[in-house]
Amino acid sequence: MKPAALLPLGVFLVLTGFFAFGLTKDPTQIKTQMTNRPVPNFTLSSLEDALVVHTQDDLRGRVSLVNVFGSWCAPCAIEHPNIVEIGKQDVVRLVGVNWRDDRAAGQDWLERLGDPYDIVLFDDLSLLAIGMGVTGAPESYIVDKSGVVRYKHVGIVTPQIWRDTLLPIVNDLKKSPI
Amino acid sequence: MFAEFGHVALIIAFGVSLLQAGVPMVGAARTDSRLMAFGDRAAIAQFVLIAASFLALTMVFIASDFSVELAAKNSHSDKPMLYKITGVWGNHEGSMMLWITMLALFGALIPIFGKALPASLRARAVAVQAMVGAGFLGFILLTSNPFLRLDPAPINGLGLNPILQDPGLAFHPPFLYLGYVGFSVAFSFSVAALIEGRVDAIWARWLRPWVLLAWSFLTIGITLGSVWAYYELGWGGWWMWDPVENVSFMPWLAGTALLHSIMVLGTRHSMASWTVLLGISTFSLSLVGTFVVRSGVLVSVHAFAVDPSRGVVILALLMASTGGALTLYALRAGQLRGREPVSPVSREGGLAMNNLLLVAATATVFLGTFYPLFIDVISASQISVGKPYFDLTFAPIMLLLIVFMGAAPMLDWQGKNRVGLKRFLQQAAIIFISVSVLSAVIGKSVSAAIALGIAAYLAYGTFAAMAKKLRVGQVPAAHSLTLLRAQPAAVWGFCLAHLGVAVFTAAATIMTVWADEEISRVKVGESIETAGYTFTLLAINSGQRENYSFLSGEITARKDGKTVILKSERRFYPVREMLTTEAGFKYGGRATIFAAIGDGDAEKGFILRAYYHPFVIWIWIGALMMALAGFVSMFDKRLRGKGGES
Repeated sequence: MKPAALLPLGVFLVLTGFFAFGLTKDPTQIKTQMTNRPVPNFTLSSLEDALVVHTQDDLRGRVSLVNVFGSWCAPCAIEHPNIVEIGKQDVVRLVGVNWRDDRAAGQDWLERLGDPYDIVLFDDLSLLAIGMGVTGAPESYIVDKSGVVRYKHVGIVTPQIWRDTLLPIVNDLKKSPI
Repeated sequence: MFAEFGHVALIIAFGVSLLQAGVPMVGAARTDSRLMAFGDRAAIAQFVLIAASFLALTMVFIASDFSVELAAKNSHSDKPMLYKITGVWGNHEGSMMLWITMLALFGALIPIFGKALPASLRARAVAVQAMVGAGFLGFILLTSNPFLRLDPAPINGLGLNPILQDPGLAFHPPFLYLGYVGFSVAFSFSVAALIEGRVDAIWARWLRPWVLLAWSFLTIGITLGSVWAYYELGWGGWWMWDPVENVSFMPWLAGTALLHSIMVLGTRHSMASWTVLLGISTFSLSLVGTFVVRSGVLVSVHAFAVDPSRGVVILALLMASTGGALTLYALRAGQLRGREPVSPVSREGGLAMNNLLLVAATATVFLGTFYPLFIDVISASQISVGKPYFDLTFAPIMLLLIVFMGAAPMLDWQGKNRVGLKRFLQQAAIIFISVSVLSAVIGKSVSAAIALGIAAYLAYGTFAAMAKKLRVGQVPAAHSLTLLRAQPAAVWGFCLAHLGVAVFTAAATIMTVWADEEISRVKVGESIETAGYTFTLLAINSGQRENYSFLSGEITARKDGKTVILKSERRFYPVREMLTTEAGFKYGGRATIFAAIGDGDAEKGFILRAYYHPFVIWIWIGALMMALAGFVSMFDKRLRGKGGES
């Protein structure tokens, strides 16, 4: 027996280990370097209109839920109805970040699935995403009234995560004066 | 009645498969021809039983017997007959039944077409096929029984996901499964060869048509899926790098590598253990495909039936089959020695390169697809790397692959005769540069210029290889014509498949770079413009049909005095509280245009989206050329003889 012949089996066993973990793992939130730091300065156009420009100042004054999505991202399509529901409750400013997308494709996607956002930033070159430490889509950040990142959630925002985790943080932040 | 009949037939089939997995294996070890022959008969009996069971399930759906839970959940008496039947496999249990029926079908074809094979090889292959079958039959009977009754029976069924009521989707899974499951023959013969401790040209030549068959069906299945996603889900996304798409694409890539390496093994006796490894891997990737779609390990917009507890069982099956086969490979691969080393500048050298690149492409897709899962395990998050990753990594590997594809057929086996190679390379370079420059000047896109140049180079390389075989220019034209008629089927298959890749590459490039679209809010009578077409919203209607209410828009598209009418519809299905939009399409050779209406009212106007997609149908025509090429190659006489040395 040649040692090289063991290689396929070894690779397979490692992969199976990942699959097995994949079945048991439950997606939860992870911390970010960005927590308790202000959103980095940015100048990005609006997804709907390339001539409308937004900056970090547009994230001040109200508690915001910043949701990173892309039309190429399958989990985002699964998540989106939940974001639309959150939009209907009108408890938080919803900011979409259309990440690494094509403008028309992003517009199309929102047209088909519904646009719950108050603002949608078009970030095709990852200008804001890199500063925020986005690792993939979907991701969501809670930003307080003074524009400071308070919480990061990686993966799909399910109704349960919204109700049990994100909404209480939003409500707490809304009570604080700044 | 039908349900009980089908259930009993399935249980008997399970028993038969257990015997079929053991008896011929013992027979082959003891060289007992009676025990080995038992496997042949068991394989056919197993297929008859499972086919009867599948038919019984189909009857349950046709008869709308809602006392059977599966029909109650997935069918409805008002549904058109076609979708009652296709509804059988539009759910988890039924699609597993379709899977196992096809597995048994291929199992039964082994003894029917394999009479010329060594008895022990055939017996072992039939036994391995039955092992896989037994695993899946047990899975169906224990966790996914389609025949369970409901008491009391509901008056009517819960209908079917309206998105699934579509001919494209109805026939996409059967073809996909014929491909997936067809590779089980390659798997069984690879494992049998490892047990036997030898592979040879007979093995390779006998197996190649089966690989071609599975590969062609898989090609058709993926193409149908792409067409369906294009007009139903994607609106222009003919390929979205969705996990479910990727897991069907990985066995295709590995299968493409396999059908080339098996050619080298059949002719040159090289790459023996590599071919066996590919045989195992290709079917394992098909199993991974089943695993991903059925378990919901990865989130996807295409997966309509997901359930993690079943995933555990499928994972166990994957462990047993692939893990077992690879353990055997680790123990035995050393004995399968290819006779000849591969020289780099030769046809087999080119094919070895093709294999390496295809495997690299498979690994790229695998990594991109399962990256979210790896990240999930390491950091507990669910994310998607999506299209940007694949565009960046996959396309360059494929373009490099085409560079080898264009030149390798010009080389001889062992690289003996290199006459004309230099001239070919010079001409190919001229073709590439002129097409690239032309595309760059007209189209103003560098990446498109490179990709189109490479597609043209591939087409030229294919024709040049044909011309070399026909000795054009060296002998009189009449003699070339005689040679043309004498070419074996595999040569026609090669020519068609490689031209298909050229067509596909060109079309995919044109579509990616020059597609255009426009979105605006318009009132009835108003227009928008896209790529020289004027789209006018003519009229809006609304009403009620069988199982949905609709808002339909009539749109005219006009260019150069020619007008076509496009009908787009938004449908609301109250049973499922689901809203879908049907776009109005006009397919054409040069361009496909379509329009879709969205939200709105007569006061504010309606959202109107208009699309211009140049050459998009050639993407699928290119893919179908490849599939057809596979079928053509199967009829090569050299693959049907008694084998032996050439």
